[in-house]
Amino acid sequence: MAVLKTEIRSGVYYDSAKLMQLQRILADLPGVEDAGVVMGTESNKEILTHIDLVTPEVKSATTNDLVIVVRAENDKAAATAIGSVDEILSRRKEGSGEFRPRSLETAIQNLPDARWVLISVAGRFAAALAKDALSNGKHVFLFSDNVSVEEEIELKSIASQKGLLVMGPDCGTAIIKGACLGFANKVPAGPIGVVAAAGTGLQQVTSRIAQLGSGITHGIGTGGRDLSEKVGAVTFKMAVEVLSRDLETKVIVMVSKPPAPKIAEEMIKVALRAGKPVVVNFVSYRPSTTQRDNLWFATGMDDAARLAVELAKNPPTLVDDQELKLERFAKGQRYLRGLFSGGTLAYEAQHILADYLPRVYANAPINKENKMANSMASTEHSIIDLGEDEFTVGRLHPMMDNELRIRRLYEEAKDPDVAVIMMDVVIGYGSHPDPASELAPAIKTVIDEAEKAKRHLEVITVVTGTDDDPQTLKNQIKQLKDAGAWVSTSNEEVCRYAGRILRGLNAEATPTPTATQVDLASLQADVSGINIGLESFYENLKAQNVPAVHVEWSPPAGDNEKLKGILERMKAKQS
Amino acid sequence: MDIEQANKKVVEAFMEARPVVTTMAKALEVVPGMHENMILHAGPPITWETASGPVKGAMMGALVFEGKAKTPEEAEKILASGKIEFAPCNDHMCSGPMAGIISPSQLVYVVENQTHKIKCFGNLNEGRGKVLRMGAYSQEVLDKLKWMETVLGPTIKAAIEAIGGVDVRAIIAKSLHMGDDGHNREDAASILWTTQLAPYIAKTAKDTQTAFDVIKFLGENALSILNPIMASCRSMTAAGENVEGSTIVTVMSRNGTDWGIKVSGLGDKWFTAQSPYVKSLYFPGFTESDACRDIGDSVITETAGIGGFAMAAAPALVTFIGGSPQDAIKTTMDMYEITYAENKMFTIPYLDFRGTPTGVDIRKVVEKQIAPRVNTGVAHKDPGVGQVGAGVVSAPMSVFEDALVAFAEKYNI
Repeated sequence: MAVLKTEIRSGVYYDSAKLMQLQRILADLPGVEDAGVVMGTESNKEILTHIDLVTPEVKSATTNDLVIVVRAENDKAAATAIGSVDEILSRRKEGSGEFRPRSLETAIQNLPDARWVLISVAGRFAAALAKDALSNGKHVFLFSDNVSVEEEIELKSIASQKGLLVMGPDCGTAIIKGACLGFANKVPAGPIGVVAAAGTGLQQVTSRIAQLGSGITHGIGTGGRDLSEKVGAVTFKMAVEVLSRDLETKVIVMVSKPPAPKIAEEMIKVALRAGKPVVVNFVSYRPSTTQRDNLWFATGMDDAARLAVELAKNPPTLVDDQELKLERFAKGQRYLRGLFSGGTLAYEAQHILADYLPRVYANAPINKENKMANSMASTEHSIIDLGEDEFTVGRLHPMMDNELRIRRLYEEAKDPDVAVIMMDVVIGYGSHPDPASELAPAIKTVIDEAEKAKRHLEVITVVTGTDDDPQTLKNQIKQLKDAGAWVSTSNEEVCRYAGRILRGLNAEATPTPTATQVDLASLQADVSGINIGLESFYENLKAQNVPAVHVEWSPPAGDNEKLKGILERMKAKQS
Repeated sequence: MDIEQANKKVVEAFMEARPVVTTMAKALEVVPGMHENMILHAGPPITWETASGPVKGAMMGALVFEGKAKTPEEAEKILASGKIEFAPCNDHMCSGPMAGIISPSQLVYVVENQTHKIKCFGNLNEGRGKVLRMGAYSQEVLDKLKWMETVLGPTIKAAIEAIGGVDVRAIIAKSLHMGDDGHNREDAASILWTTQLAPYIAKTAKDTQTAFDVIKFLGENALSILNPIMASCRSMTAAGENVEGSTIVTVMSRNGTDWGIKVSGLGDKWFTAQSPYVKSLYFPGFTESDACRDIGDSVITETAGIGGFAMAAAPALVTFIGGSPQDAIKTTMDMYEITYAENKMFTIPYLDFRGTPTGVDIRKVVEKQIAPRVNTGVAHKDPGVGQVGAGVVSAPMSVFEDALVAFAEKYNI
């Protein structure tokens, strides 16, 4: 026999929908057959009568009474149901979560200060999203892979025009002002900036830096393909450039898997302009030296971290191109002519100058491609080994006979495009008894002639020998210096001095196309981000107290090709 | 063709429209195209065979009310015979809740969009319970209709005329600041409506008993202003119709059989799909198995930028879906994703007085696969029963996709 139980609450008000909800919960309780929860209006009482939920209390209820009535299998079920009303009414929905926008456009409205958009959706949707992010002026952290190289090139071209970073595709790691994007380690703030085309490389180097007690400003990932010739290291270069301007970054570390050789050289060029120490660690890259200009070449990631920490702690004095006094040279003077008597010295000069000049011709080249067409007629940068057989037929070796070299010196000096002439003076037993006595006057003559023609000719000489040699080193150096030559006893020093001058003179001649600079303030501002794709990236941002919005993204037009096509054509027409 | 310019024009027209209720009149006298043998109904076009239970029941009741049939059974025969022309309210500048039945001799509100000189019409609201709009046609229902025609209507008409017209847009704007959504929760708007009319009813009614009855009826009905609001919303969206190149939806509507939309740049063409069921809470004694498919022209409110779109203004409504107030905000935020503009006239206090999401753009609906959300009542599936619950429903995606394809065809995209 069913039991009816009623409870009347006077003077209480609940929204009718809330009451309907209560009623549904009560009716679903075990042993309850039906329930009615209504305000005691006439029409409601009528409804209750129709469905056999009427009691004397129900009949006497008024408009201001809340009527709760249950019909149950037994007293206990009815009493339990009535007894649970307060608990049900006070139930709160479990946090149905924060608001999640459904599109990038809305996410930006919600978090307009966000400068970073993290994209990790399936590759074929990623480029379109990244393009949207860029057109809204946001940097992009593009974790997605399977983005085509054509799309990458297009994205990076847009980014470089707008001064924005596209980290990726397939970029897993970045640390911006202490905030980890994607996979990254909690590294303290410090004076080192890292740019990496290698995700775990960035993690290893930054972690080692932390372990050595230092820290980083930013760790910028670029995605591995950034360093391919097709993509041209667009992001890498922009990242190094912006870190060069960041006063908090005292040392920059460049990390990458083996880059395309041409790209490696381009990155070195960008590093040279940094104006601060740059540690270079390209896996399998073979530099000609461990240190030159502002560059320190690391043997590996561990070495890179160690060098960076050391350089940040004890900042080195960087050589300045100002001491080169490039203004002395006339417009158009930009070429090197090396007139060597020693074959190995000439060879090493070619090797070292490759750090500074794209191409140096030689009659005895290291690389066959650089072979002079005609050893008698120099072109552009040329190094002539006058000890080669072609010059010594029927003639003494130039270490004994200066005549041919002096003749060639006069010839080269007349070329108005020539800025630097390198010569070696090798003394000791077997050599000319006093080579400087013949070379120095000739050097003085060409320097003076150049001055008359309103040019400056830098004659750089390396002297190989000792003071115990019959010619004595000191005596040779003095004569050469008096003639106006720049003299050193180190072939490398001579080559690097010449290299720096020539690099300086040729830099203006071949301006590199520059991207719009990244706004430094956008890196220095506290990070806030918009995440599209992997929810864990969003949760990680939240865990770091980084303001973030997660986009509840789904493929456009439900991935229906026909509809997508229409929408895309509409957009194209509009823009 | 410039879609953006066209859409801007349409949405501006929606927002600039200023609907004012000026009087009441018999439908036959004022509704364009109305004739003696016509019955208007909610949603896109239907036939007697395809009509849902509530539409059939309400048509039967209306025919008896019109005196064209003596009994509901006779009315059914006449309706099935093809002698009566059926037409959608929306195609005749009308808007009807639920079954949306408007017959020739019913009194209708005359709403004038004063900005664009467009007139739209809506009938009197019958209150809750057993009512014609839910498909009920018992004697009790017909008696009430009679009373509405002879007492309620003329009294309200006199009061409205004495006031010199009631600005509905102002009432909607205010009510959104008082917890209404402008569709399913009109408690505040109905009070504002009643308090504007009451003094004039007291002044113009033929006796105090009539004034008492009418004011009591209006005051007790939390939906007394629903029909004027719907006609007002129709007059807003009508101002944005037939603009070449626009992808903005100007009509959304359903009749328990089909869901239909019209798009400004696609003229008078209806795009339809089977109407879905409402996710609902039910009145005592009813369950999902009693429900009719989604029905009514009231989704014209969402079309104009209120209703479910303004749910953040009416957090109390979320209990209908068993949600939290946060869900109300989420609903509104989602609707910003698919609309073209933020309303200049209607704002939401909680969202820092941000304008309501206005002007459904079929491009955005299809791209993001987010369908418009509607707050609505649920009718019983059978004729003659009435309302069984209330809840929320999303429009079927295919109508927007079909419209997009048609748009591409028409404009060679």
